[in-house]
Amino acid sequence: MNQNMSSNTPLIELRGVTKVYGRGAVSFQALHGVDLTITQGDFVAVMGPSGSGKSTVTNILGCLDVPTSGSYLFQGVPVEQLDRNQRALLRRNYLGFVFQGFNLLARTSAQENVELPLLYRGETYQARRAAAQAALASVGLEGFGHHTPSELSGGQQQRVAIARAIVTHPSVLLADEPTGNLDSKTGHEIMQLLTRLNCDMGITVLMVTHEPDMAAYARRIIHFRDGRVERIDSQEGRT
Amino acid sequence: MLWNTLLLALREIRRNVLRSFLTMLGIVIGVAAVITMVTLGNGATQSIADQVSSLGSNLLIVRPGQRLGPGSSVAGAPNFKIADAEAVQSQISAVRTLAPTVARGLTVVADGRNWSTSITGSTNAWFSTGSWQLADGREFSEAEERGGQAVCVIGETVRRELFGTQNPIGLSIRIKNFSCEVIGLLVSKGQSAFGSDQDDVVVMPLKTVQRRLSGNQDIAALRISIKDENAIEQAKKQITLLMRERRNIAEGEDDNFSVLDTRQISETLSSTTRVMTTLLGAVAAVSLLVGGIGIMNIMLVSVTERTREIGIRLAIGALEREVLLQFLIEAVVLSSLGGVIGVLLATAASISLATVMQLPYLFNPGINLLAFGFSAAIGVIFGYFPARRAARLDPIDALRHE
Repeated sequence: MNQNMSSNTPLIELRGVTKVYGRGAVSFQALHGVDLTITQGDFVAVMGPSGSGKSTVTNILGCLDVPTSGSYLFQGVPVEQLDRNQRALLRRNYLGFVFQGFNLLARTSAQENVELPLLYRGETYQARRAAAQAALASVGLEGFGHHTPSELSGGQQQRVAIARAIVTHPSVLLADEPTGNLDSKTGHEIMQLLTRLNCDMGITVLMVTHEPDMAAYARRIIHFRDGRVERIDSQEGRT
Repeated sequence: MLWNTLLLALREIRRNVLRSFLTMLGIVIGVAAVITMVTLGNGATQSIADQVSSLGSNLLIVRPGQRLGPGSSVAGAPNFKIADAEAVQSQISAVRTLAPTVARGLTVVADGRNWSTSITGSTNAWFSTGSWQLADGREFSEAEERGGQAVCVIGETVRRELFGTQNPIGLSIRIKNFSCEVIGLLVSKGQSAFGSDQDDVVVMPLKTVQRRLSGNQDIAALRISIKDENAIEQAKKQITLLMRERRNIAEGEDDNFSVLDTRQISETLSSTTRVMTTLLGAVAAVSLLVGGIGIMNIMLVSVTERTREIGIRLAIGALEREVLLQFLIEAVVLSSLGGVIGVLLATAASISLATVMQLPYLFNPGINLLAFGFSAAIGVIFGYFPARRAARLDPIDALRHE
């Protein structure tokens, strides 16, 4: 990650991105030309009814999928020209994922779950251990390393998932409905944690949600409707 | 990266101990069956070779008539005389020792006990020709051989049946109408390759049998020990020529005697057991293959079951080949571990079965390595397809998988 990059340099740039699923008569266009710019250090919430294309745009932003047309520049790199493995390396080095369903490895300790991305980065045992413990500590789960997901509450599991996402110090944290499976109190705690990571560690947070309460934590809210960006609300004066 | 992937695979195996064990079971049984079959087969081959060589090393047996086995004295095939034995002994240089023999099946009596056995008349050369050793007592003296005196050396079975636990040396046994002193006891040899008891024998000087039991000067067989293994073929030809000459067989006529080579018997019997070993080994190899299909089956189920996990791994940046390698290594570790357990199981089974079947246990490093290598290879072959399927999953679909 380029440390000298000013906070106004676009980290993510979508230019006329469209996405068509299927071919011929059964094809379905999920995105109709999306333009979007996200700068480093931003905290963006993506909202919209189901079928509005917010999941599709998240998958594209997460380099899990490629646009049918248009361009996606991630730190100036045209993602649509990368192959499967190059996109995997991009995810490994610059992106962190948090999912609605937590998606932790079952019967695997929190420590090992958090270490997983480091394992793929080929880090040593000591480095993995130390980094995972630090990440768990930064989400407030110090000493929970040996617990397996089934021994943890939903909120704790989501914290482990966040620790796993930030253990590699990514540029962007992509959270897909991170509070969707949690009660509102725990949801707010998770949102506070994300806000803190955004402010303290400077991680760009991109969150998909349908709860206005949770979206209120973001600096900007991007509303999607029918595969287009409907409007963008700025709320710099958030609580 | 390889080490980390191995670590991932081992964690996965540890996480599902029961399933991993059941997956391995097919390979364990396959490997164990192959090794056990081949090891026991080799033991059987070895035991037959041992039994044949216990007949005597480099042994030729010359008999009148052409057929093997009982009733070999075909009409018109006269027995040998002592002069034939002397001629072979003196004219054929490859002969180490030569024992002219006659044999009679008779009942012997001692201490009020009867035993029906085979009485062999021969010279002291009989002992060395047949690789016999004395457990006790002595061989015949020159005077006993020349005078045809009533002395005998008995085998272990005869001793047991007639004398029980008694030391037989110096005691006498009764055959027909004469009494005969036991002067020696043979070391036990056990069963012959043909299943007969080699220890069921009473040996007397040739002349004793000729005079007191047969009533003629005939010799039924010549047992000849050849000096050098490589000279056996040559010696056989020379003996055949000599005997044809002595028995006045015209050119073009068939031999009225046969020269038997113990090595031939050994080879015939060994090749039979080798064929059996190969056959049993092949059947066992099929079970190894079935074990491999079992691994593929479980790995495919595992890939489906762990689709979401694979999705997570792909999302956080695992490369296609890393996922492929993880599943492949899992399969190989499972099958190799099965192979190791199979080798251990086979060793235990072979040793105990060999003991029960009274066969020698011969550790065969070749088949152990082969079976183990094959099990590892099965992991690669049958693990590749499921692993590739896992690696090619689309991360979005995989994450959405319930």
